[in-house]
Amino acid sequence: MTAAVVALAAAISAVMLSINWDGAEDSTAAPKIDDLLNIAIVLSSIIFAIVVVALAYALYAFRAKPGDESDGEPIHGNTRLEITWTLIPTIIVLFSGGWSWKVLNEIEERTGHEMTVDVFSQQYAWSFGYPGKEYAYSEGVLHVPVNRQIVFKMHSQDVIHSFWVPQWRIKKDNVPGITTTAVVTPTKTGTFQLICTELCGFGHATMRAKVVVQSQSAFDKWVEGLKEKVPTPLMVSVKQDTETNPEPLERAEAE
Amino acid sequence: MVAAFQRPGWYRAALGAVIAAALGFGLVVVLREISGLSAFQSEQTGYPQVIVPLIMAPFGFLLGIGCFDYWLRWAFGLPTIPEDHSSHGAHSWKDYFKVNTDHKVIGIQYICTTFVFFFIGGLAAMLIRAELAQPGTQIVGAGTFNSLFSVHAALMIFLFVIPVFAGIANYVLPLMIGAPDMAFPRLNALSFWMLPIAGLLFLGSFLAPGGAFDAGWTGYAPLSTGAPLGQSFFNLGVQFAGASSIATALNFLVTIITMRAPGMTFWRMPLLVWANLSTSLLVVAATPFIAGAQFMVFFDRILHTNFFQFGAGGDVISYQHIFWFYSHPAVYIMILPGFGIISEVISTHARKPIFGYRLMALALIGIIVLSYSVWAHHMFVAGMFSWLRVPMMLTTLLIAVPTGIKIFSWLGTLYFGKIHTKSTAMLFALAFIVTFTIGGISGVMLGMVPFDIHVSDTYFIVAHIHFVLFGGSVFTIFAGIYHWFPKMTGRMYDEKLGRVHFWGTLIGTWGTFIPMHWIGMDGMPRRVADYAAQFGNWNLLISCFAFMLGAVQLVFLYNMIVSWRFGPKAEANPWRANSIEWLVSSPPPIYNFDEIPRVVGGPYEFGIPGAQHAIMAGEGAEVPTGEPSVVGT
Ligand code: HEM
Ligand SMILES: [Cu+2]
Ligand SMILES: [Cu+2]
Repeated sequence: MTAAVVALAAAISAVMLSINWDGAEDSTAAPKIDDLLNIAIVLSSIIFAIVVVALAYALYAFRAKPGDESDGEPIHGNTRLEITWTLIPTIIVLFSGGWSWKVLNEIEERTGHEMTVDVFSQQYAWSFGYPGKEYAYSEGVLHVPVNRQIVFKMHSQDVIHSFWVPQWRIKKDNVPGITTTAVVTPTKTGTFQLICTELCGFGHATMRAKVVVQSQSAFDKWVEGLKEKVPTPLMVSVKQDTETNPEPLERAEAE
Repeated sequence: MVAAFQRPGWYRAALGAVIAAALGFGLVVVLREISGLSAFQSEQTGYPQVIVPLIMAPFGFLLGIGCFDYWLRWAFGLPTIPEDHSSHGAHSWKDYFKVNTDHKVIGIQYICTTFVFFFIGGLAAMLIRAELAQPGTQIVGAGTFNSLFSVHAALMIFLFVIPVFAGIANYVLPLMIGAPDMAFPRLNALSFWMLPIAGLLFLGSFLAPGGAFDAGWTGYAPLSTGAPLGQSFFNLGVQFAGASSIATALNFLVTIITMRAPGMTFWRMPLLVWANLSTSLLVVAATPFIAGAQFMVFFDRILHTNFFQFGAGGDVISYQHIFWFYSHPAVYIMILPGFGIISEVISTHARKPIFGYRLMALALIGIIVLSYSVWAHHMFVAGMFSWLRVPMMLTTLLIAVPTGIKIFSWLGTLYFGKIHTKSTAMLFALAFIVTFTIGGISGVMLGMVPFDIHVSDTYFIVAHIHFVLFGGSVFTIFAGIYHWFPKMTGRMYDEKLGRVHFWGTLIGTWGTFIPMHWIGMDGMPRRVADYAAQFGNWNLLISCFAFMLGAVQLVFLYNMIVSWRFGPKAEANPWRANSIEWLVSSPPPIYNFDEIPRVVGGPYEFGIPGAQHAIMAGEGAEVPTGEPSVVGT
């Protein structure tokens, strides 16, 4: 049975690990999260193999013969086994928890030379404000430099939306009334899609924006060319948000 | 004719509902006239002229159908009608449409009503899958689509999974513990009759201007506080479903704690009883939170309070905290009774005592305690205080341990048993073990914060939910229905059709929900009517399996209806089980027992020569009275 479990777990793991589940890895967080997924896949395959093999063997070995109306053996339990299947899963999940904690800290660690970009969401559109310049506002398209940590400050104008770029593996809700934060370091240039993942009304499915990751110089040039200011209502909302309800992350750090 | 309107019943109920609605309507119009407002108001969150009648009509209905007759007479000092037990038992199918205080009748009323909603909710699911079979919009527009999945989920959760367990337990549990009925039979009837009201409110919202509620079953503010009128129907429906489930839970608690047959100590209770004890503890403490959350949304909508109005000092995220403080425990409300069913079915059909019975009971307690400390795992990306994420992650992962104990103990129960797979109930129980394991594994993965950040609100969540709710809860419900069908109806169902239903359901569930994990991780968000073309083929495949899964449920329906009417007569104990409900005839006598049975041993004493769980009146005179023997405990 042990051999069957090992074989099955190895087979499942091998197949599952060979598939690229999450798609392209285009931020510093992506490979870390995918490694975590791979760890979860291996551990899960072992647990799954144990359950399936145990069940299959029981069905093979302990099926009642036709006409056999007798009872099974009156075994009520086995303390050793029961302790084992309490302790081992505990260790497995605590290990997963510890590793996750480590990954979480790594992907949220600030590099110290990050750039802040404001994200504005409303039914059913995205717009963005860039730092350092009065006219730096774009609608429906987000540009960011590659290999630089971006801190997104998110502000919703109406209901909750959620900011997700699958290739970055990063998601954060935009909540009206407060500013939420997400940090990403894109590692590949190219065009991506920003997807709204929080139900926000009938336009939810199509609430998308284009994301362009480019070199710092190309990015600077693009920002230079912007001709619009962040509209006053959006600026007001930024002020109100942070005043009435500072972002929890920062508040925690300030203490 | 006049007499018909005076007796409790449907005529009086209709009259009561109409009068109450008219009163409510009049009240609104008069009060608004007095305060100088126009009689009608049709702001989309308002409509007092609809809302107030909507609140009052159900009470008129409940009064009319007769839920309050006894209490009102008693309260007003009128002679109460002596309990002649005429409302016990069902003598024709018509009796199932009356207020009845017999737990067996109420159990059947519950089960049939909830299955009606299961099929309506299923129909909504078929429409959803039809729309999603191809990218683009074909069948319903985005607005209707949002209503469809919201109503689908609300019906499945509040009108099917939660109450059908209450129905099964209503029927089985008093018999199992050797009680003549539930502790509060009239409250039990009231609990049941509140249920269809909730369902009608949910469905009735389709008629509201602006369409049915469309903010998801989660109804997050501020989408819900600003949504059209249908959302108020949801807010109110949840109140009735919630009140019903709280009242039932209280009833179960008192019944289990005070009405066990002599000799049935806590450690001799079948695990189904333990499961319902734990579930009821969850329900009474957690359900008030969702009731409160929906009231706050309701008040924000119609009274313009500012619980969740962000411009006016309200706090948007607190809605989610309150909602999940109920709704995470609710996922255990939706699975623990199923765990109980699986324990009964596996032990009986493997002819083996439950492996590690005490640890199984303790695991239930562990789950309910932990389940109050994990709610924020639904909010890892919600923008809540970030320090809460890691503690909630650890508790979430730990809750898999007691869940794992249950899985391993069921497997242990099979070893050295004599496994009979001729019953469809056992097939569902065995399939449940594997399917639920997958759902548990994806749950643990979701508990790992960095991974959850990626897949939260994607199809991965949809896959997880359905593996635990369809592959988990619904499989246990089918196991339970097949297992106790002979007891409830006195007839056997058709095993061949049962097998068709089983294999169709198993293949359908896996085929539909396995691919969803992948498309979710690969970038498809949930709750969307339209999606990127790259997911087209997978979605087509998913829809095909979903239609098959839907169609095979009709086999189940046919089997149940035809077997109930024409199936071969069932013996008292067709599965040769041990627990008390099998020691009485099928279906049981109106008052369950002529004399309360005496419990003399554990519930799962298979394979021990001469061991008995309970002794019925008349037999067992050889067992000395006084201390029950302790065979096999
Ligand atoms: C091993 C046990 C389980 C664990 C660790 C677990 C974990 C989780 C987590 C972390 C989420 C949140 C994902 C997100 O929104 O980002 C979730 C969602 C969900 N789970 Fe589980 N789960 C488990 C078992 C169950 C069971 C037994 C049920 C029901 C019978 C259930 C029903 C749900 C539902 C309905 C949702 C989605 C709610 C929504 O957003 O609409 N889960 N689960
Ligand atoms: Cu959206
Ligand atoms: Cu949860």
